[in-house]
Amino acid sequence: MKIEMNINGRKRIFDIRPDELLADTLRRHDYTSVRKGCDTTSCGVCTILIDDEPVPSCAYLTVRAEGKKITTVEGIAEEAERLAGCFGDEGADQCGFCNPGIALSVHALKLSAKAPTEENIRHYLVGHLCRCSGYQSQVKAIRRYLGDTT
Amino acid sequence: MKFTNYHRAQSLEDAHKTLQKDKSNTIVGGGLWLKLSRREVDTAVDLAGLDLDLIETTDKTIRIGAMTTLTQIEESDTLRQIASGILVEAVSEIMGRQLRNVATLGGSIIGRYGFSDCITPLLALDARLDFHERGIVSLQDFLTEKGKVDDILKAVVIDKTKAKGYFKKVKKTAHDFPILNVAVVKSEDGTRIAIGSRPAVATLAQAAMDHLAAATTIDKKTITQAARIAKESLKYSTNHRAGAEYRAHLAEVYTRRGLMEVNGLED
Repeated sequence: MKIEMNINGRKRIFDIRPDELLADTLRRHDYTSVRKGCDTTSCGVCTILIDDEPVPSCAYLTVRAEGKKITTVEGIAEEAERLAGCFGDEGADQCGFCNPGIALSVHALKLSAKAPTEENIRHYLVGHLCRCSGYQSQVKAIRRYLGDTT
Repeated sequence: MKFTNYHRAQSLEDAHKTLQKDKSNTIVGGGLWLKLSRREVDTAVDLAGLDLDLIETTDKTIRIGAMTTLTQIEESDTLRQIASGILVEAVSEIMGRQLRNVATLGGSIIGRYGFSDCITPLLALDARLDFHERGIVSLQDFLTEKGKVDDILKAVVIDKTKAKGYFKKVKKTAHDFPILNVAVVKSEDGTRIAIGSRPAVATLAQAAMDHLAAATTIDKKTITQAARIAKESLKYSTNHRAGAEYRAHLAEVYTRRGLMEVNGLED
């Protein structure tokens, strides 16, 4: 079946299977920032934005994305670069595998909350697992980023 | 789960007819467990677009559509006013924002999952389920039934009564299923205590509720006795998250704390 969606501001039409999941569709079409980790909605590395809200693309039926606005980290490149700078400054970056998903959630948080507190940030990012950092420095980096840009 | 066809239902009748066409056909809720199921299905029926994702209020009730996401519940000011906001509190602790944006209330209930953090507060709130064919069924009765559900859940209905509520989820990390969860609701009709993730699906601590209903005064002694009854009258089991003895201990402690809180007593 064919479906149409808007990915990072560009109209795309894909031929998909009815039971195909969005992470697989996006990766097949070279949106490789969408990582595959646990594949069971537990780790957060496959996070993308649908209509500006984070969703686990490993558990989202592609067919349900028909007509929706999809954002991968390629679509927020400048924001992601600024966030990466803050991660570097705070020593929050090691292997980087979880970064695209976190960057998208932080972007969504920024869109939805005017001045998120540290508690808001921690609550919003519960669905992202990082095997390297221990989260402390990431939260510091995100606070620095949001303070710089909001 | 693998399926050959995807059908976006045009109406509840259309969804129901499609569901009946083949034994394997199934409703897709949030779809979060698709990867964890080995089922092979002919047609997956999607209820998106049938306005089942609304939270509506009447004078006496609140009706939460089966396709309402957990995020919608988490952000509902209406539900925050009900029984100290225990449903909102319970939902906001479920996994991460991404999952809550996709998971639906109907999907969380229809599987009768033992680990559900939605079912326990809803049971304490005496929720009813509104099915397309069967009509209204109490959540309590639904949880005792077995097997595949061939009907379509339209909504969950709770009363708008004034009540005090308490919810506690015990978990190892912020991003984990519960070891145990407890919900207590005290309203004009009495006190309801629900205990879930034992690890079996939530159930009412009926003997403890009966003890409270028979008491002439509710004080620390009565509450301590009721909490002990909640521990001793229900079955707790062991799995990879916790042992039966630990779960039973937690049930007693948090039932007592919950009862103290809804009765305005200091623990």
